[in-house]
Amino acid sequence: MSTVKLTVNGKAVSAEVEDRTLLVHLLRDNLNLTGTHVGCDTSQCGACVVHIDGRAVKSCTVLAGQAAGSNVTTIEGIAKGDELHPMQAAFRDNHGLQCGYCTPGMIMSAIDIVHRHSGKLDEATVRHELEGNICRCTGYHNIVKAVLDAAGRMKVAQAAE
Amino acid sequence: MGVEGIGASVVRKEDRRFITGKGRYVDDIKLVGMTHAHFVRSPHAHARIKSIDTSAAMNMPGVVGVLTGQQLVDDKIGNLICGWAITSKDGTGMKMGAWPAMAPETVRFVGQAVAVVVAETKNQAKDAAEAVVVNYEELPAVPDIRAAIAPGAPQLHPEAPGNVIYDWTIGDEGATDAAFKSAANVVSLDITNNRLVPNAMEPRAAIAEYNEPEEHFTLYTTSQNPHVARLVLSAFYNIAQEHKLRVVAPDVGGGFGSKIFIYPEEMVALWASKKVGRPVKWTGDRTEAFLTDAHGRDHLTKAEMALDKDNKVTGLRVKTYANLGGYMSLFSSSVPTYLYATLLSGQYNIPNIFAEVISVYTNTVPVDAYRGAGRPEASFVVERLMETAARQLKIDPAELRRKNFITQFPHQTPVIMAYDIGDFNASLDAAMKAIDYAGFPARKAKAKSEGKLRGIGVSCYIEACGIAPSKAVGSLGAGVGLWESAEVRVNPVGTIEVLTGSHSHGQGHETSFCQLVAERLGIPISQVQIVHGDTDKVQFGMGTYGSRSAAVGLTAILKAMEKVEAKAKKIAAHQLEASENDIVIENGEFKVTGTDKSIALPMVALAAYTAHNLPDGMEPGLKEGAFYDPTNFTFPAGAYICEMEVDAATGKTSFVNFVAADDFGRLINPMIVEGQVHGGLAQGIGQALLEGVVYDASGQLVTASFMDYTMPRADDLPSFKLSHTTTLCPGNPLGVKGCGEAGAIGASAAVINAITDAIGNNNLEMPATPDRVWHAIHG
Repeated sequence: MSTVKLTVNGKAVSAEVEDRTLLVHLLRDNLNLTGTHVGCDTSQCGACVVHIDGRAVKSCTVLAGQAAGSNVTTIEGIAKGDELHPMQAAFRDNHGLQCGYCTPGMIMSAIDIVHRHSGKLDEATVRHELEGNICRCTGYHNIVKAVLDAAGRMKVAQAAE
Repeated sequence: MGVEGIGASVVRKEDRRFITGKGRYVDDIKLVGMTHAHFVRSPHAHARIKSIDTSAAMNMPGVVGVLTGQQLVDDKIGNLICGWAITSKDGTGMKMGAWPAMAPETVRFVGQAVAVVVAETKNQAKDAAEAVVVNYEELPAVPDIRAAIAPGAPQLHPEAPGNVIYDWTIGDEGATDAAFKSAANVVSLDITNNRLVPNAMEPRAAIAEYNEPEEHFTLYTTSQNPHVARLVLSAFYNIAQEHKLRVVAPDVGGGFGSKIFIYPEEMVALWASKKVGRPVKWTGDRTEAFLTDAHGRDHLTKAEMALDKDNKVTGLRVKTYANLGGYMSLFSSSVPTYLYATLLSGQYNIPNIFAEVISVYTNTVPVDAYRGAGRPEASFVVERLMETAARQLKIDPAELRRKNFITQFPHQTPVIMAYDIGDFNASLDAAMKAIDYAGFPARKAKAKSEGKLRGIGVSCYIEACGIAPSKAVGSLGAGVGLWESAEVRVNPVGTIEVLTGSHSHGQGHETSFCQLVAERLGIPISQVQIVHGDTDKVQFGMGTYGSRSAAVGLTAILKAMEKVEAKAKKIAAHQLEASENDIVIENGEFKVTGTDKSIALPMVALAAYTAHNLPDGMEPGLKEGAFYDPTNFTFPAGAYICEMEVDAATGKTSFVNFVAADDFGRLINPMIVEGQVHGGLAQGIGQALLEGVVYDASGQLVTASFMDYTMPRADDLPSFKLSHTTTLCPGNPLGVKGCGEAGAIGASAAVINAITDAIGNNNLEMPATPDRVWHAIHG
């Protein structure tokens, strides 16, 4: 067992975990942040994507110990109080989710995609960049629409800041 | 229509919790004192268990208990059942072998559970499971249909000689043979409908808690129909009495059919929670899902179509072998029979049909309903045959279909179904227009000049949703009724709770069901709450599958609403000193027509509960329930057209366009309906191009993870063009039909028809991977 100290959604946290513990399990089991989901055991599905120091990472590929000292943001940490993150709002407005299980990982990946392309995105790029996240419900049609919609909203939000 | 009423694309109420990570799926739940289960599973496809040594595992850190299949037998826990009896053509019943929740003697597929370890943590349970020593005697395995029915093949169950479970027929064999004898043309095709894994993104999970003083169990589970789960668990498995078992299916991360059924893990978790005296949680991982979730499809079919000199179809003859896996799952027997062969008429006026279905055991995971359940298999047969006929007879495929469309309704097919309504020309017109069908030859020529092969594929599907009525399905062997229940509770302050036996696992019921109530009462949907998925809250229900929730579930709500409204009108009339016949409901108020007198819904509700001033003899309170049993299936239909380009050098296919024109009757929430179609299309296209289960000759599952089984990703799919035509379903008061399975039913044939058109070779099996396409081009 080791003590892991990190910052999650802006809060300093510390947890006693087995050395083999993955970040996703630290988040879900120790910190009760169950929005980050486990959908596979081979790092293929992307339901567990969180941001580590601002970059999208599959939290099932990272040992909790490797995340020590880093800044982790989960789906629970992206809204500002009652105000949804533009990506969250775009997923809702474009019906970019059905069962909701892959959704947190999709949203976290999508935010990173928009950041990395500094707002210049087209459908083909979004589809290509989403290849690390599997959705079984939506056929991706509305997820792609949501990401493109949010890219615009995030640019506006950034300009306003 | 109000802004949130029927026909409005209202954004979903349930989304906020999902997009903020506040959904509550089974694995998110923690109970005090909870232990964790991990199953020991067979590495062999077929083997006899000689011994199981659990002593080392028992001494591992954190282990609370290790339980085996023999202990299940000793505790008289029942075997898993199949709930739909099929009679063979010789009049005998199904030859069903026993399926214990954990195998005490013989395993029949890789992944079958033989023991379970319960420990303080999941990791401890996994570690200890490694220390359970199982001594197997390997037996020869038959992992596919052809091997299972070969002479001298190993026998899986003594009850099923030759591994045949039933040999079932439907239709008139003599008349169909005669139609073929007198046919001007006969078209035939061998078709494999590839085995698929449903792969809901949330793996199955179960948490069981036994309350010893109350002798009461609670089961949290990833189920599409918690009431049926409770019924079956109590009536057949000797685990708990029905009134001593609560089943909760909270947020469920997709089902697609695979979560309809009772699985061994749910039974074992319940039983183990009593054994160890602690709550027991099991969460499957993805490989366990591949190994143990019910798979879908898996048919081998020989299909023939007879046509007269005017190119009218005069007969259809189909012989299908269906692989049901190592055991019979809950509804497996009905899928290749009543849900498949009864739709072989498609959208066409075919006077003679005869189908034979032979279901067989193999050393593979059980096969059961998956999105569409039999109907995709039927539609694929009919639409591949239609396309093949058009090519053989050198007729435009759309024209051949049009020539044979059913245009008079109701229409009785030769295979039970009586289609109530439809306009197949309208959907084909819409699809042809959307894809510019007329302009295709020019586009094909242009693609050819650029060195690309271009093809177009049509698929005109029909499906049968909302299986019904109960009396009819009972006479055909179903073990349950297929009605739905609802209760509408108006609270004293005028807010409304609607309890439904349907279960939402992505379909958006929490929004679309509210829209009906909002429409009728003229109130915002925020004033209405849908309650579902908990057998302690909702008295009974049949769950969600087969696109039944709107046609059956929502109609039950409508029936309960009508009773509530009738009583509320009586109360309002009494309060307003008017005749109840003069009361109309508008914008949340009960108004006396032709006057300015009105009373708001909350005041009517309050009057119902204070009961100070009610009509003489009226019972206080304002809540009503209804059970609704439909009189017939509903028949959504549509036309899908796909245009594809193939790179002859690599066999790589790419979409040029995919259009879908559906007739779902009335749309409650068009945005949600379109989302359902998108998802179905992705699964139908996935089957056509990417997905397919592979077992090797020894019965090992080669495709047991997302690294080996190709799931459609965003880059694999096009953006879809959707349109709707409408004929209102006459069978229910809302005129709705059902939309959840359409895409999965219609898409595969459109894709394969497009590729075979492009490459000029009609022999192409699904999934049409670049390798297969390349070989089809180059031989």
